[in-house]
Amino acid sequence: MANQIETVQQLNKGAPKARPYFQNISWSWVGVVPFFLFALLFIFIPTTALFVGSFQDIEGNFTLRNIQMLFTEDYIINSFMLTIKVSLVTAIGGAVFGFFLAYAVTIGGLPRWVRSFLSSFSGVASNFAGVPLAFAFIATLGRVGLFTVFLKKLGLDLYGTNSFSLYSFWGLSLTYMYFQFPLMVLTIIPGLDGLKREWREACENLGANKFQYWWKIALPILMPSLLATTILLFGNAFGAYATAYALTGGTLNLVPIIIGAQIRGDVLNDPNLGYALALGMVIVMALALAIYYMLQKRASRWLR
Amino acid sequence: MKKSRFWSWLIVFLGGIYFFLPLYATLRFSLMMKKDVLSFMAYEQVLHDPKFLAAFTFSAKMAVFTILASLVLIVPTAYWVHLKLPKLRPVMEFITMLPFVIPAIVLVFGLIRSYSKPPILLVSSPVLLVAAYVVLALPYMYRSVDVGLRAIDVRALTEAAQSLGAGWFRILFQVIFPNLRSALLGGTFLTFAIVIGELTVANSLAWKALGPYMTQLAGMKAYEPAALAVMSFILTWASIALLQFLGRGRGGAAPENMAGMH
Repeated sequence: MANQIETVQQLNKGAPKARPYFQNISWSWVGVVPFFLFALLFIFIPTTALFVGSFQDIEGNFTLRNIQMLFTEDYIINSFMLTIKVSLVTAIGGAVFGFFLAYAVTIGGLPRWVRSFLSSFSGVASNFAGVPLAFAFIATLGRVGLFTVFLKKLGLDLYGTNSFSLYSFWGLSLTYMYFQFPLMVLTIIPGLDGLKREWREACENLGANKFQYWWKIALPILMPSLLATTILLFGNAFGAYATAYALTGGTLNLVPIIIGAQIRGDVLNDPNLGYALALGMVIVMALALAIYYMLQKRASRWLR
Repeated sequence: MKKSRFWSWLIVFLGGIYFFLPLYATLRFSLMMKKDVLSFMAYEQVLHDPKFLAAFTFSAKMAVFTILASLVLIVPTAYWVHLKLPKLRPVMEFITMLPFVIPAIVLVFGLIRSYSKPPILLVSSPVLLVAAYVVLALPYMYRSVDVGLRAIDVRALTEAAQSLGAGWFRILFQVIFPNLRSALLGGTFLTFAIVIGELTVANSLAWKALGPYMTQLAGMKAYEPAALAVMSFILTWASIALLQFLGRGRGGAAPENMAGMH
């Protein structure tokens, strides 16, 4: 077998020499043309079109007014703030809760089956997409949701005296958390496994207590991957449209919701402003992803 | 030690409630259509709705087209890059990660702007829908194929096939594809899961797909949406469970996480 492959390699090495020179020019790039053509048509051209559109007025003349409006129009600033707020709250909340869950099943001394159960469940829940998730929360915490009714029987009226609403900021955040923290669980379990026992033992030998070990050793090691995942969660919530649309029907002024409304009818009275909104989203996402990659590089140093 | 274990149990318990309560509530809700008894009436209503069947068939068809298009587009390219153009690998990784940076709603906005006027008029064609889905599935599909290709010796397989007289077409379809079987299955399942209930793109391009149908139903009915949600859980979860099961074999792609599809 090995001999055969060697022979083939020799044959291949020998073959080009016999051919005329012009065939030596590499034509192998031709093989990737279809893919790059596709990427050009359906990723680069549309993105460029938005980019160009955000610097044009309705007649197609160059203007910076749309970009300026991104930073001056209250309605737009508020929608960006709200989207960022939802993303931050669910990213940080998801990260903290996910971390504790992962901690509980790895180092927390729980039986092995809890861990494997949680991992498979997280794999499923983090893949849980928009509309059905919204329905599940409506059935649970909506106005006539099962849990709402249950609490009402206990004398706790969520929608009355406590002015909770599933269709508001906190309701949306609670729903987003469902796909947020499983992602944290999945990414941080390997990190917690990677904490070597020697490190802990060395710490104890030097007289450190548990708190000192976590504060000075374990957390700094885990920090890059913790932060990286938090950013991933941020991006996850920032671009989310389906869940928010299915849950609130477009009443909450998130940037994706406004863009969606703009697509179906000119709600901003200015399509080019819509392009600028979209550009703003891409810039926020690109920044988040850039930071993610930088942190990921640092994290991989420790987690071999 | 006892004390710390108490906290561990507590947090798992809280997580469990948060995980399962919505699922239980949805299931329960979906069975309550008939007064005072549990019944499958909501399910019957949904399954007998011709609009549901039409929407489901449409989405399933689009999913199949998307899977075929992604496979034909990505597998030969990834294979070729592995074999001949390893320098292009970072470029491929960059391009296939772009859908994470460009949210679906932004992508479809750009597509509409680019292709709703001559010379290329595609907005009302399903081609644009499938193209958008291929883009959305790109990170998952490419990554599963890439993981699969790393696990096999592409060069040796190709040279062995060549020495036996196989052409490129034959190498791809009779040697590379079968060797990537479990990796491709992974990508296929994920793509199917993305497309079948997709809302953002389908809604924006005004297709009567399953996602838009479900949101519309939610505005009019109470119990049917819950029944639909339960059915879609079961469908997605069964396919993911199957994927995890299949992924245990060699060269299998672990289920990826679908950031950005929510």
